[in-house]
Amino acid sequence: MINRLEVNETNKMIEQEMLDVRTITMGISLLDCCDSDLDTLNRNIYNKITSSAKDLVSTGREIELEYGIPIVNKRISVTPVALVGGRACKSPEDFVTIAKTLDKAAKDMEVNFLGGYSALVCKGMTPVDKNLIRSIPQALSSTERVCSSVNIGSTKTGINMDAVKLMGEIVKETAIATKDDSSLGCAKLVVFCNAPDDNPFMAGAFHGVTEGDVVINVGVSGPGVVKRALEKVRGENFEVLCETIKKTAFKVTRAGQLVAQEASGRLGVPFGIVDLSLAPTPSVGDSVAEILEEMGLESVGAPGTTAALALLNDQVKKGGVMASSFVGGLSGAFIPVSEDKGMIDAVNRGAINIEKLEAMTCVCSVGLDMIAIPGNTPATTISGIIADEAAIGMINQKTTAVRLIPVIGKDVGETVEFGGLLGYAPIQPVNRFSCEEFVNRGGRIPAPIHSFKN
Amino acid sequence: MKKSIITVVGKDTVGIIAKVCTYLAENQVNVEDISQTIVQDYFNMMMIVDTGGSSKPFGEMVTELECLGDEIGVKIRCQREDIFTKMHRI
Repeated sequence: MINRLEVNETNKMIEQEMLDVRTITMGISLLDCCDSDLDTLNRNIYNKITSSAKDLVSTGREIELEYGIPIVNKRISVTPVALVGGRACKSPEDFVTIAKTLDKAAKDMEVNFLGGYSALVCKGMTPVDKNLIRSIPQALSSTERVCSSVNIGSTKTGINMDAVKLMGEIVKETAIATKDDSSLGCAKLVVFCNAPDDNPFMAGAFHGVTEGDVVINVGVSGPGVVKRALEKVRGENFEVLCETIKKTAFKVTRAGQLVAQEASGRLGVPFGIVDLSLAPTPSVGDSVAEILEEMGLESVGAPGTTAALALLNDQVKKGGVMASSFVGGLSGAFIPVSEDKGMIDAVNRGAINIEKLEAMTCVCSVGLDMIAIPGNTPATTISGIIADEAAIGMINQKTTAVRLIPVIGKDVGETVEFGGLLGYAPIQPVNRFSCEEFVNRGGRIPAPIHSFKN
Repeated sequence: MKKSIITVVGKDTVGIIAKVCTYLAENQVNVEDISQTIVQDYFNMMMIVDTGGSSKPFGEMVTELECLGDEIGVKIRCQREDIFTKMHRI
């Protein structure tokens, strides 16, 4: 029998505490679109996406209406384009035509982002991979909804330092190519180590080669719900704190599981995973940083922050795993700067810097995310930061990522505005000492000893 | 049988239940359970209804009930039951 208290609790979570299904992402394989003729390839890609996703947005809206739970984004991820375009694309310009096709398909399907303009180069780069990577600045500056990612390392293969060096330059070039738009292109570009195949969250989403033809992945989120739950157990010990997060994560994930099953059933597409994450937005009351502060920190960044985040991340997973039949993606807590009101405030009050953020990424879901840095930061320094973050992922067998935005024409003390879910960010200082010689060595960092765990 | 939950919250006034029930009757929606209280002039009602016999698409009903709520000055939500049972029960 339905209980009035449960009904009220659910509706309060949705209305006041901003519980939402953050995204329904349809993963579409483009491997069957391959062709040696560029025009045919583009046509195949457009047709495959638009036929597979034609009901995606309308089905999402239906579910939203019937269950009364907001589904914030409807998105598409595709097979890494470097794998699809190889036969037809002879130059970076050829790849840009695919980016434009993807952008058109995304607009026609009314999805806000399409991810998968990607290359997987954790061990080595083919000439095709290089062409795709070199095309990224132009692709991201001439499209609106296409997101790009490059996987440059993994625990099993080590880190491809040639790719790391190249990505530092590409991030910089993308920033310059989109300088009139606050270097927004970099917000759509993620550099990964150990990228998962089934991540529904942008900008890092792509449809991995291990996946089926078409699949539905769902990402849930509700930092506000966790924060409110913790307000009720102020002053209690860690056992109570952990139990509260776990129970809340369970409830949040159940909502995601329901939506995932409904979407998959109605669209006639297999259900992939629920990504049980706490992903913030720039609105008040939807912040991961506020959860950490609710645990007893004066500001996120204070001593204890890494421990608090580790605890949060682990409890979210423990609570969520039982709530869904398939959990995957990047499950855990996201700590982007520009998308989280609490994080922005912490940067502004001088409580947190890039080094502390890097320490926090050892225990969080992703990595250095949506951090604005001075526009004159050298490309090699960006590569150095990417290498550090990739090393954390490689050694600890976890996914790590970097989404840095060198804002051209701005320096420390200024603020950059991206708008919408991407929020705004103060420009943060970067260590000024050079790592140029280190980055310029090239080659590969060998896989760590864990790779012999056979 | 398709169960849904209707919740009505807002400032109390005469005829809220009558108006909601009239709408449901006109659309062949059967009411299975009602619980209602008034706390400090605030009306709070939860209904369990069966929308299986309704000829109207569910989404349309949700929107019409919302509009009815706006007319009366209360907030009416109609949601499929699963969102509540799935979330709180193992």
